[in-house]
Amino acid sequence: MKDPIRAAELAARLSYGRLLAFLSARTHDITLAEDALSDAFAKALEAWPQMGVPGNPDAWLLTVARNRLSDVLRRQGRFSIKTDLPEFVVEETSPSTVPDERLSLLLVCAHPAINSDLHAPLMLQTVLGLDAASIARLFLISPTALSKRLVRAKAKIRDAGIPFQIPESEVLKTRSSAILEAIYALHAHDWLDPTENLGEEAFYLADLLARLLPDNAEALGLASLIAANRARLPARIVDDVLVSTEDQDTVLWDEDLIAYSNRQLVRAHQLGSVGRFQIEAAIEAVHIARKETGTTDWLALNKLYHACLQYGPTAGGLVAQAAVTGRLHGPEAGLAALENAEGTVGTAFQPLWAARADMCARLGQSERAARYYEKAISLTTDLPSINFLRVKLASVSKP
Amino acid sequence: MRYTFLLYTEPADLAHMTADDWEAEKQVYGAYIEALNKAGVFVDTDWLQPVQTATTLSLKGGSKQVQDGPFADTKETLGGYFVVDVPDLDAALAWAEKCPAAKTGKVEIRASAMGAV
Repeated sequence: MKDPIRAAELAARLSYGRLLAFLSARTHDITLAEDALSDAFAKALEAWPQMGVPGNPDAWLLTVARNRLSDVLRRQGRFSIKTDLPEFVVEETSPSTVPDERLSLLLVCAHPAINSDLHAPLMLQTVLGLDAASIARLFLISPTALSKRLVRAKAKIRDAGIPFQIPESEVLKTRSSAILEAIYALHAHDWLDPTENLGEEAFYLADLLARLLPDNAEALGLASLIAANRARLPARIVDDVLVSTEDQDTVLWDEDLIAYSNRQLVRAHQLGSVGRFQIEAAIEAVHIARKETGTTDWLALNKLYHACLQYGPTAGGLVAQAAVTGRLHGPEAGLAALENAEGTVGTAFQPLWAARADMCARLGQSERAARYYEKAISLTTDLPSINFLRVKLASVSKP
Repeated sequence: MRYTFLLYTEPADLAHMTADDWEAEKQVYGAYIEALNKAGVFVDTDWLQPVQTATTLSLKGGSKQVQDGPFADTKETLGGYFVVDVPDLDAALAWAEKCPAAKTGKVEIRASAMGAV
């Protein structure tokens, strides 16, 4: 690493979460650890251009942060005598990195005592080092309000004594599922502008969690699912118009992400504990198989959606299953299935109307199709989806 | 039909904002306005000065009464509004759901009594 500024930036990106987890676990005070760490990064940017990048940048940063922490804690009187200071074991000369305690940090972020809508923002801030303003832009939420809520959440973690601990395996499984849910929510977040930010951070976290919990089949399933979604990203929007999965140009799909996704799904399958994320990843795998086979296996999709609904019927799942029924048994069967789904998903669900319009268009019922496309457009807030539906609407409106 | 979103937020959430905070705030609301515009449903919006700057006037009862402050003291206060033009309440709700204020406060949705523009 030649450029010291770049080195500090890289260290920030690569080891921020690891260092912060290590410091937080020892102080139980994330805000304090964040301040100490940002102080250390600032010092690094100052010192490294003169002295060169140290052999073990992590250890250097940790030492500076630890000293800063000791000062602050002593000033606050939180530790009356020197020996009460938390013991940090840092071997300055060893190239070994800081022990990875990000799992306990993730568990704290997704603790049941913390509002679930703050789980993902806390993870983004502590593990990836994103600032509140960037997270707010990501979620389209008031930055000032979000940063106040994050400060309050961190104070609660400290004052309520939420433990930085990895619980025994049964509890760990339940607690981990809260992390998975938060990462999934981050990935599936209904972006106003889907061309931006779609899941880069979610993928980072899912991949990290799959490595931290290699025996958790659902963690592997989620990493597989997100990778598969991301693999199709380059083909998803063309000229500001959304392209449906079955019409996407498979040449644009990312080979490396597909390979990663398949690898994780196979590993998950070997653990023999099926769950929702693995089934959703398998649905993706069926779509992606079109790259090799040239066709979509609707029968396989039907089975998978059916299995998916066993794990908890979601509005999206119900409509997707009905759409597959339409493909297998004809548009009339599809419309009947959608009629059924409406009882559960309600009439304000955009995919319901888009699917309904599609079936009517296939039946040649142009007027009905147009009406349903218009309803779907009125419920859509992102431009590529609006454009997709407008193109469809134009195709049934032609005389 | 025209719908108005009345944005209610906690004043404490937006207290002590720096210029940078306002800039970040504007970016987030700007993205929302842009999405409304691109979908062709945007009509109007405004941000209001904090509630402690409100003045309430009434001629009810025959005499002019000017009160320093809002007409009602509430925990969450009116901070701004959006006016959108969409076909029905379902569509209005779909857009209100994306409004930044909905995520930290409350958005009251009211249809125009004057009908479609």
